[in-house]
Amino acid sequence: MKRAFLQCLLKLALLGALLPPVARADEPRALPQHLRDTGLYVADSLSQVSPDVLPFSPQYPLWSDGAAKRRWIWLPPGTHIDAAQADAWEFPRGTKLWKEFAHGGRVLETRFIERGADGAWRFASYMWNADGSDAVLAPASGTREVAAPHAPGGRYSFPSQDDCRACHEGAPVPVLGFSALQLSPDRDPLAPHAERAAGTVDLKSLSERGLLRNLPPELLSRPPRIAASTPAERAALGYLHGNCGNCHNDEGPLAVLEMTLAQRVAAPSPGNAVLRSIVGVESQFRPDGAPADAARIAPGHLAASVIAVRMNSRDPLQQMPPLGTQAVDAEAVALLARWIEGLSKN
Amino acid sequence: MKSLKFLFLIAAVVAASFARAAEPVANTAVSDAATRGKYLVSTAGCHDCHTPWHMTDQGPRPDMSRALSGHPENFEMPPAPAPTGPWVTSVGATNTAYAGGWGVSFTANLTPDRETGLGKWTARTFIDTIRTGRHLGRGREVLPPMPIAVYQNFTDEDLTAIFAYLQTIPAVKNKVPSPRPPAAAATAQR
Repeated sequence: MKRAFLQCLLKLALLGALLPPVARADEPRALPQHLRDTGLYVADSLSQVSPDVLPFSPQYPLWSDGAAKRRWIWLPPGTHIDAAQADAWEFPRGTKLWKEFAHGGRVLETRFIERGADGAWRFASYMWNADGSDAVLAPASGTREVAAPHAPGGRYSFPSQDDCRACHEGAPVPVLGFSALQLSPDRDPLAPHAERAAGTVDLKSLSERGLLRNLPPELLSRPPRIAASTPAERAALGYLHGNCGNCHNDEGPLAVLEMTLAQRVAAPSPGNAVLRSIVGVESQFRPDGAPADAARIAPGHLAASVIAVRMNSRDPLQQMPPLGTQAVDAEAVALLARWIEGLSKN
Repeated sequence: MKSLKFLFLIAAVVAASFARAAEPVANTAVSDAATRGKYLVSTAGCHDCHTPWHMTDQGPRPDMSRALSGHPENFEMPPAPAPTGPWVTSVGATNTAYAGGWGVSFTANLTPDRETGLGKWTARTFIDTIRTGRHLGRGREVLPPMPIAVYQNFTDEDLTAIFAYLQTIPAVKNKVPSPRPPAAAATAQR
């Protein structure tokens, strides 16, 4: 009897060794190889977005060489975003977001980020084929210089995983463009490149649907808006927030530069901290041939304003942002010029 | 004649740099991260480019009174000579300024000075810089001749040790110039 029991134990042990390991519920899954398997579209479609996927449109969008963009978010059923920290929303595990890039009416890329069961975020880029019949996962190292006739220079690059992380992991929350300021119903009429498709969600509609909870009530009664002395200043600061604040903030790895371009909605006078860190402040980076009075923003002097100079350059040694664009955003540079030239030199 | 002397100095600096790299380094037991970091810094050639070189009675040597402080701010470099023939790279006399197809690069101040060095950096930013090959892990690319691809073979533990050591050396206030674009690009921007 004792021997039979021991044999039984031995068999169980051997069986356990031969069986594949049981996947833990919180283990990250491999990224889907095809966009159609990420949940953006209804079954057997690459154009009809699932009804439970919500479109959104940030008021200060990121410049992407003039690409037309569409964005969506999906929250697992029964979950919600916790907005108790108004500047660092807590997204439920399982959250998915997508952003689509098109030039000349042809969709080239869809980016995808997902919060896994383990709480970690992961990033993917999907490359569309020429006839739009499939979009496959880009290599982790990215793909450079794919022919795209309507993109600047006729070329289009797909980001690497490191590129994704460089931008998304510089901010307190890796979801960029879906925040209290970006979804404020009090939208900035001067914001460059703002698009607002029908049916996009904002703070009010998200709260009403119970998808956004614990948002400080004053942000609903008086939607967030950048404090500024002129409309041009509001739009310029908004542009810097949407395009630069993901890295240049006071919490991420670049906090050592003591230059914050990220606006806060929770703190009083949110614009002032940004202005204090850039207007008349010496720039650590000094472009070749910069005038003697060069500063991050030199009031009344565009050519001495290093932020604008770097935005207006695509020399890889000095261009800003350093990633993701090949073409200068002329509309944004013109906006900064209006703002800077209107600033008092005193 | 003056330019011949200059060329000789460059050649001597480069030759001495390689000679020093071959010198044996005491294989001391490492008891803490900074000690290990010092060992790695001294064997990985950091002084060759990040410490300004000067001429001594024994020939060119790194000026250890300015150890790892990068290109001296008061040593202003004129425009780099145009590359001709198979010679495509120029090196400044201090071994801290380099010109090539990428433009002109100046070696960084690695001392813990808070305004001009790594005093405000964290181990994380240092590791991110090496891992990504980008300034502070997300800015412009780190330029030649920094052997980023080689240093990416360091483990995080190695890089943490190097950073720990760099935070212990004397701080030197020295604002290294920003890199310059290639001559053609610079002309186009003006």
